[in-house]
Amino acid sequence: MNRFVQRWTVFAVLIVVWQVLGWLADDPFFPPPSQIVTAAYEWWVLEPQNVTEHILPSVGRLLSGWAIACVIGVSLGLLLGRSDRAMEYAGPLLVFLRSIPPPALVPVFLLLFKGGTSMQLATIVFGVVWPVLLNSVDGARSVDVTKVDTSAVFGIPRWQWVLGVVLPAASPKIFAGLRVSLSLSLVLMVISELVATDNGIGSQLMQAQREFDYTRMWAGIVLLGVLGYGLNTALLAVERRALAWQPRSRDEQHA
Amino acid sequence: MRAFTRGLLGIAGFLALWELLGRSTLVPAEALVPPSVVFGELAAQLVDPVFLRHVVATVLALLIAIVVAIAVAVPSGLVLGSVPAVRHATRAVVEFLRPIPSVALIPLALVILGFGPETKITLAVYAAVWPILFNTIYALDELDPLQVETARVFGTGRVGVLFRVALPSALPFVLTGIRLAATTALIVMVSVELMAGADIGLGYFIMEARSGAGRMDQVLAGTVVAGVIGVLLNNGLERVRRRWVAW
Repeated sequence: MNRFVQRWTVFAVLIVVWQVLGWLADDPFFPPPSQIVTAAYEWWVLEPQNVTEHILPSVGRLLSGWAIACVIGVSLGLLLGRSDRAMEYAGPLLVFLRSIPPPALVPVFLLLFKGGTSMQLATIVFGVVWPVLLNSVDGARSVDVTKVDTSAVFGIPRWQWVLGVVLPAASPKIFAGLRVSLSLSLVLMVISELVATDNGIGSQLMQAQREFDYTRMWAGIVLLGVLGYGLNTALLAVERRALAWQPRSRDEQHA
Repeated sequence: MRAFTRGLLGIAGFLALWELLGRSTLVPAEALVPPSVVFGELAAQLVDPVFLRHVVATVLALLIAIVVAIAVAVPSGLVLGSVPAVRHATRAVVEFLRPIPSVALIPLALVILGFGPETKITLAVYAAVWPILFNTIYALDELDPLQVETARVFGTGRVGVLFRVALPSALPFVLTGIRLAATTALIVMVSVELMAGADIGLGYFIMEARSGAGRMDQVLAGTVVAGVIGVLLNNGLERVRRRWVAW
């Protein structure tokens, strides 16, 4: 409790300092928080169509891109991770593909998918699949030898082996990958919206900048921060549930 | 050695598939240029001083960004990791700042810092600070209390413990953080250059190739170079980690 108070006091003090400095400086680039909150209220509460036409589609694309990448990454990762030979073939290729900055491929995706939602999904999926894939490979490799041998002796069916033994053993690593890629999806969602779209949070940010409406721009930045914080907190809650059976709780590591 | 040839075979297979797809009518020919054309263009560009200037500009800005990020993140990580009061006090602020994607700051940075290299370096630093900072903090958490106690018993002061015990034992973690940060910084750097936050650089080259003549072969050649820079950075830092912190 004490820590909680300590934490939020500093946060609140910083906000107040910003507010006062904002008033004193009266700099158009750095509006005080009160103005940002007012702008956000006018923008999203008084005009709900901005929420339904820009924020919700953005979040939808983010989540569906992330979900597609998770399915591809986990299934491919578990397959590759259980075969040393497959990894030898695919390893260097994966390292190279992972190193390509996804925004560089935006022009290619633009032509391939003729713009729009599928191009944005492609950008997000290509950008975020690597942490999930590589962590799943790592996780699948780390299955305890005793478990491997026991399963072999009992001759359990293949699907049970994958879902019942490999997946749980790999899950802590997989979750670490999922968290990294969730915050990456937010980045790529914004990038894919900064180019060649007229809806979404990213395009609204760009529009606010072009119209020299810096208060709205700040409101957009704060919204993205809140969104990132919320998504990460939600995933952590799921992870804590899903991994509750793990002997050592790793909660502290996410502090 | 066999692993190496298999890796090459994997890459060759990927290139063959790409070539087939590019030559087939399944995808529009102007979108997915086959690798034979791309690598031809790449060879031509690699001897072109204009292209090399773009590459050098990006790599230099990237190196500056990584150095600045290390200079900011490692000391802050040491303070946050070793003084619990500071850490708890700043936690809400850090947790709020971290999820703000650096690309969301592009419009703001363009307005304040202009179109020069300051913008892309600042944004890359912002993105690169987090992995290094968090890895430094986690590393201090994992610090063996026995080592600290021993050093204290021998009369080492708080600062002495920090530099002579904590930092060496945290080094492998910190280097891993730097490696992650370098990859992130590269992505942000190229993105900012692509989003018109620059007048020179690899991202600018890709952007120009696309919007001017629609030269997809140049776009892909630039992308390949960006990927190679990423691989070199990643492998180089991994090698440094293995060499220097072999314990």
